[in-house]
Amino acid sequence: MDALTANMPLVVFLLVGTVTVASAILVVAMRNPVHSALFLLVTFLCVAVLFVMRGAEFVGAVQVLVYAGGIMVLFLFVVMLINVRTLPEERITSPYWLGGIAVGAAIFILLATLVRTGPYHQEVNRPDILESIATHTMETTVAANGKATTGPVVHYTLAGNSEAVGNSLYQEYLVPFEVASLFLLVAMIGAIVIGKRELGAMEEETAPDFILDRVKTEHEVKEVVNA
Amino acid sequence: MNPWMLFFIWPVIKFLIAITIVLTIVAAMTWVERRTLGFMQARLGPNRVGPAGLFQIIADPIKLMLKEDILPASAEKVAYFLGPMIPLLPAFVVFCLIPYGPPPAFAVTRVNVGLLLIMALTSTAVYGIILGGWASNNKYSLMGGLRSAAQMVSYEVPFGLSVVGVLMLCGSFDLVKIVQYQERHVWNLLPQLVGAFIFFVSMNAESNRVPFDLPEAESELVAGYHTEYSGMKFAFFMLAEYASMLVNSCLMATLYLGGWTFSIAGYGLTTAALSKLGLLGGLIGAAIFFAKVMALMLVYVWFRATFPRFRFDQLMDLGWKWMIPLALGNIFVTGILVLAMPNLKIDAGIYPYGELLMAVVGAAIIALTLFLVTRGPRRPAAAARPTEPPKVIHASRVSEA
Repeated sequence: MDALTANMPLVVFLLVGTVTVASAILVVAMRNPVHSALFLLVTFLCVAVLFVMRGAEFVGAVQVLVYAGGIMVLFLFVVMLINVRTLPEERITSPYWLGGIAVGAAIFILLATLVRTGPYHQEVNRPDILESIATHTMETTVAANGKATTGPVVHYTLAGNSEAVGNSLYQEYLVPFEVASLFLLVAMIGAIVIGKRELGAMEEETAPDFILDRVKTEHEVKEVVNA
Repeated sequence: MNPWMLFFIWPVIKFLIAITIVLTIVAAMTWVERRTLGFMQARLGPNRVGPAGLFQIIADPIKLMLKEDILPASAEKVAYFLGPMIPLLPAFVVFCLIPYGPPPAFAVTRVNVGLLLIMALTSTAVYGIILGGWASNNKYSLMGGLRSAAQMVSYEVPFGLSVVGVLMLCGSFDLVKIVQYQERHVWNLLPQLVGAFIFFVSMNAESNRVPFDLPEAESELVAGYHTEYSGMKFAFFMLAEYASMLVNSCLMATLYLGGWTFSIAGYGLTTAALSKLGLLGGLIGAAIFFAKVMALMLVYVWFRATFPRFRFDQLMDLGWKWMIPLALGNIFVTGILVLAMPNLKIDAGIYPYGELLMAVVGAAIIALTLFLVTRGPRRPAAAARPTEPPKVIHASRVSEA
């Protein structure tokens, strides 16, 4: 029993990791797009669990909130709107599978070199997951000093917490963050503009007033933009 | 303590207690809601089974359990079964994250990103509705599911943004710390009036309640996403709806109404005062908490009795054009006030004049918004269009024309 409690993080990791990899494979293997989407959802949730296990609760929660709560719902929305029941039967493996495996292995080696303890990455100095849960249940105060990344010790204790993320986003990396959000905004507006279409003659007659009002406003906006 | 005891047995016991509370309140609500609706609409409501119809709580589940469980021939079987189950899970799990009494005894678990985790988990409840609607292989069900998806994604944004004001005041995602901030100052409802308003509207939309019940609009979609469901599967959908109402009410009571405490500026039934009374104090705290929760549940019912359903474009307009800008404005104003009034961060014993000022500002903003939203469409465009009826001239005026 003691052996089990001591190795609990490993057991949980193996379990969750297996489910993650299996569902990620099933995303590609499933012939029904809705089933694929659901397995993608399982993958997202499992990855969130892995984030939490590494002490990055904030990233884990945001992962579920954004990917599982928002993006996957949109995926499902589109898949259901198109209403494809099953994809046509065809061979799953691409003719380039050998090259694919080679690229995958190369990326795996690259990431493994970066992540494992060594010149690129220092081992995070924190107690194992069992103790860290215990500290969460106790009344612990997080030292939220402004410069989170100056001292390595402070950085590791704060790593993954919302204060650390907030500090680095809004102080250290403020400009890149704002630039990125501006790009996203531009992409969003571009997508809306491309997605717009003119109403057909039939639609023009049958559309309710509020739609016609909107079309009129759009035309006005377009005129202003073109002028 | 033995780690098994600490990490497994105690949490399981607490979890079971939490589930029991959820199921009891949900069962009670099926009766309370219909009786209250009857009262508000000048009719009786269920009053045949037992005293004042109270045994209806037991009669309904028995009826649903004995009903035939129909599986439509062309349904997608796995998704059809998963549909009603999925939304229950986040509701139960979220209830374990909400402290319903003074910690540590009256909270199942405490996570330092608790609020964020709750938002994340409640946002996954929509999958049940989408899946159920899709798997039924019925046009109306699918429409219901799609409407639900669009609605949830839209209202998730103001739901999340409205909470940011509370986070800025309290400085933590931890629900226990948020409650303890409120007992030292004043209920967050006052300084965050706009946030609470947006939160309440969005939580109505998130749990698919009137006036946001478009996914199951019976005049358009038969019964929406649960058209093809019968028996216990249908009951599970209803259970999930009430459980999500309950969870949202608990969250609102914790965030805006001071949770298990009943105090202002550190005076009254604070956590410290309740802790002195031991178990009794804990029970008093839980009673205060559930009184607040039940009050919010009754507001849900009150909404259902009084508001007509939105049209879908009105729903989207309200979400994107009113609630989100209002929530962003709330964050901006709260930020300025937190910087301008440092005593918002100071503990205990200060008359909450800053909060009162924010409350007055918030009330004014809400009044203005309601006025603008409800004043109806201004349409200069309509006058210009040829749809206007042809001009009829009265016989006596023909000569003038």
